[in-house]
Amino acid sequence: MKRVRVDWEIAKRGWRRYAAYPWATVAGAFTNTIFGFLLAYILLAVYRSRADVGGFDAGDAVTYVWLSQSMIMTVYIFSWWELAWRIRDGSIATDLLRPLNPQRYWLAFDLGRAPYHFVFRGLPPFVLGALVFELRYPSPLDALAFVVSLTLAVVVSFGFRFIYNSIAFWLLDFRGVVTLSTTIVIFFSGMAIPLRFMPTALRDLCYALPFGSVIQTPVDIWLGKRDGAALLGVLGLQLFWALALLAIGQLVLRRATRKLVVQGG
Amino acid sequence: MVDAVFVWRRLVGAQIRSQLQYRLSFALDAFGSFWISFIDFLVVLVIFRNVSRLNEWNVHEVAFLYALSSITFAVTDMLIGQLDQFPQKIRDGNFDILLVRPRGTLFQVIASDFALRRVARVVQGSIVLVYALSTLTIHWTVLRVLVLVVSVPSAIVIFSSIWVVGACIAFWTTDGGEFTNAFTYGGTAMAQYPFDIYATWLRRLLGFVIPLAFVCYFPALYVLGKTDPLGLPRFLEFCSPAVAAVSALVAGLTWRSAVRHYRSAGG
Repeated sequence: MKRVRVDWEIAKRGWRRYAAYPWATVAGAFTNTIFGFLLAYILLAVYRSRADVGGFDAGDAVTYVWLSQSMIMTVYIFSWWELAWRIRDGSIATDLLRPLNPQRYWLAFDLGRAPYHFVFRGLPPFVLGALVFELRYPSPLDALAFVVSLTLAVVVSFGFRFIYNSIAFWLLDFRGVVTLSTTIVIFFSGMAIPLRFMPTALRDLCYALPFGSVIQTPVDIWLGKRDGAALLGVLGLQLFWALALLAIGQLVLRRATRKLVVQGG
Repeated sequence: MVDAVFVWRRLVGAQIRSQLQYRLSFALDAFGSFWISFIDFLVVLVIFRNVSRLNEWNVHEVAFLYALSSITFAVTDMLIGQLDQFPQKIRDGNFDILLVRPRGTLFQVIASDFALRRVARVVQGSIVLVYALSTLTIHWTVLRVLVLVVSVPSAIVIFSSIWVVGACIAFWTTDGGEFTNAFTYGGTAMAQYPFDIYATWLRRLLGFVIPLAFVCYFPALYVLGKTDPLGLPRFLEFCSPAVAAVSALVAGLTWRSAVRHYRSAGG
């Protein structure tokens, strides 16, 4: 119980950290809005010559654009370097002395950050998009499933970010690795273009890998593309990846700590 | 002027040498930049897997727009992309140092950071350009070659001007720097596609008020010999250099007045 209380306090700090820079939030939401408009018109141009792409009609695609722009910061798809920098400058040694697992610490922090970004970075672009385009809205049950799915998406994304940041334990020049990992997530999650537009084999691969769980799956649920057993199936897959990536992160951390101790760090 | 070029070359040369000292770091960085810029082109290919044309444009023509936009943007990014970190100089008061040196402040900011790793993006854009040019049948004339060649520096000047004006925001609000991203990164993304697919208001705002239509769209219409689906006057196809000159002037004046507005944080 005490543990959970600590997590809660850390999560509150995650929220406050980002709430401290309101102009950065406004500017970021503005950028997401501009990208939302660009992508929406690009995809609509596709629908001028066809009515359906991989089970998405024009309304689905435009909703996809605005929803994914709104989720971009919630799941923190762009480079997250914080842990890597702490490893590089040695602050990680202090973190390891604390009676807290660093992964749990950062997960709690991230789960405090995500709702802030959802409300302040996510809602404004979505509302603006909804004023200009005719968007789709979920049934109450799908809305509930979307919230669950989005939360799992944050954990999956965090699990992956924790792993690629841990590269810094072995590689001081981690920038290239971080950039490359970000690239992989942006493309294979469906952030750059809906997975439904991709060739079937590639699309199925993306859905199966953890990346599809980060963007495409929550949006599919919002759009009512998954129900009954299929809905439980995709949520189960998200849960599986969330746990699997956290476990891998934990293993990586354990190996790295052993190495640090050997070095006398 | 000659003197400025000389100083710039000395400063940038030193940075290139230092960045090349860490070979593995440089290689990994360049590799990462190469692929992250490749995503945008994969998106173009994925789109054209589903349709044969976006309005009147086929995949080769869009690849041409894409290449022109990404090469010129990548060069701009390499030259002055560090302006993204400029707000830090205001926040910690280090801008004061630039004010006491016997060179222009903008010159110093630009010459102080040159990111060679971004050359990977230029390479990526060039590969797409070669692909586009080898698949398109262009009826080359002297004027077409000239328009294409002139469009490159014009686009770089236009992108740079947008970046400089955006960096000026930092003089008023230090944590609002991301506003610029909408017009720099958003600008290159927009210019990668034909302008006639966008809504009128967006075209007016980002195509003409912020003159992104002159980066690729108009020169490309002329080089590819396409009639403008928007039916705009044809002389616009030759206006990119003039637009670039005006943009540079506006950017220079904005920077000047912003610097005059500057109050030190007391670094």
